[in-house]
Amino acid sequence: MTARTLYDKLWQSHLVREEADGTALIYIDRHLLHEVTSPQAFEGLSLAGRKAWRVESIVATADHNVPTHERSRGIADPISRLQVETLDANVVKFGLPVYFNMTDRRQGIVHVIGPEQGATLPGMTVVCGDSHTSTHGAFAALALGIGTSEVEHVLATQCLVAKKAKSLRVVADGVLAPGVTAKDLVLAIIGKIGTAGGTGHAIEFAGPAVRALTMEGRMTVCNMAIEAGARSGMVGVDDKTLQYLRGKPFAPQGKEFDRAAEYWRTLVSDDGATFDREVRLDAFGIAPQVTWGTSPEMVTGVDGRVPDPAAEPDASRREFMERALDYMALKAGTPIIDIAIDKVFIGSCTNSRIEDLRAVARVVRGHKVASNVKLAMVVPGSGLVKRAAEAEGLDTIFKDAGFEWREPGCSMCLGMNDDRLSPGERCASTSNRNFEGRQGAGGRTHLVSPAMAAAAALAGRFVDIRGRA
Amino acid sequence: MDKFVTHTGLAIPLDRANVDTDAIIPKQFLKSILRTGFGQNLFDAWRYLDPGEPGQDPAARKPNPDFVLNHPRYAGASILVTRKNFGCGSSREHAPWALQQYGFKAIVAPSYADIFFNNCFKNGLLPIVLAEESVDHLIGEIQAAPGYRLSVDLQAQIVTTPSGASHRFDVEPSRKECLLNGWDEIGLTLRHQEAIKAYEAERRAREPWVFSSPGSAT
Ligand code: SF4
Repeated sequence: MTARTLYDKLWQSHLVREEADGTALIYIDRHLLHEVTSPQAFEGLSLAGRKAWRVESIVATADHNVPTHERSRGIADPISRLQVETLDANVVKFGLPVYFNMTDRRQGIVHVIGPEQGATLPGMTVVCGDSHTSTHGAFAALALGIGTSEVEHVLATQCLVAKKAKSLRVVADGVLAPGVTAKDLVLAIIGKIGTAGGTGHAIEFAGPAVRALTMEGRMTVCNMAIEAGARSGMVGVDDKTLQYLRGKPFAPQGKEFDRAAEYWRTLVSDDGATFDREVRLDAFGIAPQVTWGTSPEMVTGVDGRVPDPAAEPDASRREFMERALDYMALKAGTPIIDIAIDKVFIGSCTNSRIEDLRAVARVVRGHKVASNVKLAMVVPGSGLVKRAAEAEGLDTIFKDAGFEWREPGCSMCLGMNDDRLSPGERCASTSNRNFEGRQGAGGRTHLVSPAMAAAAALAGRFVDIRGRA
Repeated sequence: MDKFVTHTGLAIPLDRANVDTDAIIPKQFLKSILRTGFGQNLFDAWRYLDPGEPGQDPAARKPNPDFVLNHPRYAGASILVTRKNFGCGSSREHAPWALQQYGFKAIVAPSYADIFFNNCFKNGLLPIVLAEESVDHLIGEIQAAPGYRLSVDLQAQIVTTPSGASHRFDVEPSRKECLLNGWDEIGLTLRHQEAIKAYEAERRAREPWVFSSPGSAT
């Protein structure tokens, strides 16, 4: 048999039918739902008098609109509240068996709780009406962000209409330097290939530096595949994948786990499999990354400077850079370490898992948040992450240092709840998007790793974590 | 879904690359549980000087006179001509809804982000890909000539300019069919329900754990 990529295997094993032009129906194993992109899908289903095809495939939670403090008081904003209540009602109406509502201790960001519960398994197709569904590819799953019409389509048919993407292998050779993390790796990849670099492709992340990452690190990398333009990112199965999943509530148990694991081990790209494109980079050369603009590709090492648009030969890119610097209120040539910040946000589906919080705790233990920092907050990715952190005493370390310790949710990643930047505020953020207004109208976002955000909170400006960790 | 066969309308240039869906429709408007009402908040942060919140009366807001959508010569535009990687970022389908509800029928750009591109087709909004040079040329012509209208013929896969110059574009046959006929994609898929059930049965035998009811609470 010809050598196949992981993506080939996942694609072929889910093909229900294929048209002559390549348009295919692929079967969906796991459907994750949240309150923002589902109401119109449920409404569409009702209006057409259709039922959900397989409700057992669905795991639902409320994450985007939920308050991160004083949750017992409910949601103050009536529009946000209605959206969450609409999901509550749809769960009942359509008989969805698994829903982690706002007060469930397993509630959290949809992309954190899927893997945490073992609801994301190797060899699955996973969809969610959310672009960061790519996260789940860390488990050798084909995970795709979809729109609301597609949410309705999957609800009604358990299938997605899709065409096979091209394949791109990103190989990270060598090892990451101490203090340099999965977040820095993926930001460096995006800096290299650009935010449209993966458009039309399924990315497989490979190479020794990716193998060396923990499952949580791999999730961080796959999470941001969408920021490189790819709808899906993935990593082949290895011992770490299996170890992570063993004993998770939704994963098979006992003998069935072993049987599944035998199959899962085949979910790697075969030797000699060919990819449509390949990109290589040397992990060792990567410095901790900081974005300086309004697109994740506008990124540089913390030891670098804000680039000069005048040096950019391409006119449309030059103009994009100028507009970004204007929005960010930054001057070309400014050393990154001279940029002072107003707020720090540690959280989001990119970096809110227990290892991220431990990394933050290691940096801030025994120190204080700088006086120019108005707000530094840690928002765990799920209720279970929160409990684990509290069991290790991390919450005390954060609070002693002057951080706020919040309830789980998307929070200031996009500011649909009360957590947001005010106009002009500059934030060191562990999230994934630095678009204009993403964290609040007029807010200025710099994307960094958790350790870098923690160090920035203490210094009040960016610092090179390699000298401190 | 709305059909798309042909359309002729006023073209408007949005001369920026990498326009993300957060810019097309900011998150505060995603709290709606409805499928309509997004047109008035299309490009909200660029289009208005005052901060946008759900439920505002658009007549009481302060439009940004510098933003192209507010230039009187482009009032009633229905074809958006813009730069590469349009619609990147969030998967929100509210972005094509907002564009469509504002009055756009087609978009012309050198490239789009994948999810956004997909979402457009589901809503009868046609995203046309033309070469970068052609888009550059079109934007120049639109800016130079008030009242510049483009004609789109999906059957022939051609965009025609006022001078009669035509640009051919590609579109996947199955997507074209769906748009031309305004087909309901779910209905089409459900015609294959036997195939889906057969697949499901075969898969259940092979990977039963995929179908086991998510287990007990921890
Ligand atoms: S944390 Fe941010 S990126 Fe992740 S799902 Fe929530 S809003 Fe989206």
